[in-house]
Amino acid sequence: MSTPAQEFLRNAAIKSADLAHRRTIRTGIDHYEAAVGRTGSRFNDWEAARQRIHEIKWEAINHLDRYLLEFETRLKARGGHVYWAETAEDARRYIADLAARSNVRTVVKSKSMVTEEIDLTHTLEEKGVTVFETDLGEMIVQLRKEPPYHLMTPAMHLTRAEIADLFREKLGGVESDDPQHLVSVARRALRKAFFSAEMGISGANFLVADSGMMALTTNEGNGRLGSSLPRIHVAVAGIEKVIPRMEDLAVIWPTLARSAVGQPIACYNTLIGGPRGPNETDGPEEFHLVLLDNGRSELLADPEQREVLHCIRCGACLNVCPVFRKIGGHSYGTVYGGPIGSVLMPHLGGLNKFQHLSYASSLCGACTDACPAKIDLHHHLLQNRRNAVRSADRPASERLAFTLWRWTMMGSERFAFFAGVARALLRAAYGLGLARTSLDPMRPWSRVHAATAIPAKSFRALWKEQRGAS
Amino acid sequence: MKKVAMFIPCFVDQLNPEVGIDMARVLRRSGYSVDFPEAQTCCGQPAFNSGYWQEARPLAERFVKIFGASDADAIVCPSGSCTTMVRNFYPDLLAGSSHAADAAKLATRIFEFSEFLVKVAQVVDVGANFPHRVAYHDACHALRELRLKQEPRELLRHVRGLEFVEMPYCEECCGFGGTFATKFPMISSAMGETKAANAEASGAEYVTSTDPSCLMHIDGILRLRKSPVRTIHLASILAQTAPPAEAELASRAADAQGAAGKVAR
Repeated sequence: MSTPAQEFLRNAAIKSADLAHRRTIRTGIDHYEAAVGRTGSRFNDWEAARQRIHEIKWEAINHLDRYLLEFETRLKARGGHVYWAETAEDARRYIADLAARSNVRTVVKSKSMVTEEIDLTHTLEEKGVTVFETDLGEMIVQLRKEPPYHLMTPAMHLTRAEIADLFREKLGGVESDDPQHLVSVARRALRKAFFSAEMGISGANFLVADSGMMALTTNEGNGRLGSSLPRIHVAVAGIEKVIPRMEDLAVIWPTLARSAVGQPIACYNTLIGGPRGPNETDGPEEFHLVLLDNGRSELLADPEQREVLHCIRCGACLNVCPVFRKIGGHSYGTVYGGPIGSVLMPHLGGLNKFQHLSYASSLCGACTDACPAKIDLHHHLLQNRRNAVRSADRPASERLAFTLWRWTMMGSERFAFFAGVARALLRAAYGLGLARTSLDPMRPWSRVHAATAIPAKSFRALWKEQRGAS
Repeated sequence: MKKVAMFIPCFVDQLNPEVGIDMARVLRRSGYSVDFPEAQTCCGQPAFNSGYWQEARPLAERFVKIFGASDADAIVCPSGSCTTMVRNFYPDLLAGSSHAADAAKLATRIFEFSEFLVKVAQVVDVGANFPHRVAYHDACHALRELRLKQEPRELLRHVRGLEFVEMPYCEECCGFGGTFATKFPMISSAMGETKAANAEASGAEYVTSTDPSCLMHIDGILRLRKSPVRTIHLASILAQTAPPAEAELASRAADAQGAAGKVAR
């Protein structure tokens, strides 16, 4: 069996060479960037908005104990149930038991990455429950039996024609690949599900402490239907989702919409404060909120990387990442892909297993500049690498190489001598025509580059000559 | 006369010596005396970026000692990436060590080459002549760590004969990334192909940048795809002072006369 690192290398190499994929993603990202550019100009001061998000999340994360308890107290007062799940297993068990107890046969799910994180759908399906993804993108990848490609735009890798073919095969009634028409085909299929489901499952974008309400953002209204039509609504949220005040949403909502898809504000922003009240006409009979830890407390305990919990899951860092644009969302082999995933996965899934993702970055910093919460993403990748060298498996050859490298670099004459020898050998090899052959000593480089010309003299040698001459 | 000390990154020393020579030439022409502290080797970035902070630390300390002892007014480096290592990462790497204060001091004295010319020396016209169409690649560390965007462009716009063009997606990483290029050659070269294609689409004859490492990578990709586009470091463009062609001399003389005439009127 191959390790996640080996699988990553293989999948990333294949996807990097896939030119059709490259074009599809470029088109999607171009649209995204144009939209972000347009909405960006609606902010008087985008940097101030980012700073505000950073401060709100900092306050919440550094007082998580207080704000979570405040949220829980207020939500319970309105009849909501709150379950604290330490692990993914705890969360799965609670929801599966609830479904069994309530004779749930059909579930409608709105888009939620945290339910992917705990692999909830498979658990429910094993118990005989039918689960419908109701976000259009999620529905598409569910029909393809694929995980979401991107944490915000799950079907970003597919063209309109591919989606039309998929719907034709799985749903029928497809007459064209016009997006409006395809949406209506999906809507027809989903309406039935909405009306037959006994349980709606959603994530939560934010948990508002001072009001005990959760905030749910969608663009399709599916979250609103799924949380109000079925008899039971279950929301799953990571413990880092809490924010102190309702008024914080005034800056968070537009910022999230801009960073996620380049909208001024998302189409549906819903606040949910519990089950249907005594004098209310709609809403679920039961409302359950599952608060998931699943490794987050350990990240909270690390002052250096605690701010990774500031993430609002907008996906902007994926969109701007040149590595993501080449290898695509599925190559990561993780629930959370792209820069935030590479930073986060070693904490959620183990450093040894996921350290390779922190190395698969050119450290260009585009993610850090894009992050609306100002998470210093590419520097966290550097910290993950340092932690990997400290406490994870690194190849013995690499450790030896850096020890030798350090010794060489600790003396300028030593460095000049060994580098000079290496250059002379390389020049000799290239003189014999070995460049870009299997005997090329620079093989990993020259496999994908024309051979680099190796100069006869170093700078320091030329400098000495010049000084002698002048 | 003001004095600068050159920090020549280890790979520039070994693989792109002309970049160092050309930088020295431009600095001298701009009125600086130029020193090269010969004890310097590497700033430690390859180890630091690979997670080997223990290995990088003694090199950082060594660097701080060597350049801290220099009496130069500034330290100038023909690489945004290596400047970033010293200015932005030494404080992290040497935090809590006895060298931390010296490193902080050094961080205020070190400049990337284009940054030094424009911001410190306050020169934008170094008297260069390079009659070619040139696009500028924003090297990531120069752009996002040092926040240099206009400085190199400003210098290029003042080069005689040079036609400056922007390439599409000029801020997208070229894919070099140090050891990333050898650990993940397929991803790195795919990123390089996109960069090369964008350089070609710009119609430029040359791609230039602040960073020789990006250029070495882009050059290897361009030549592999038999592209007509070539790479050249910013310092090597600014070092070119071929005498202007006669026609240009004549037009300059006419400009001067015109200007004189305006003043007279």
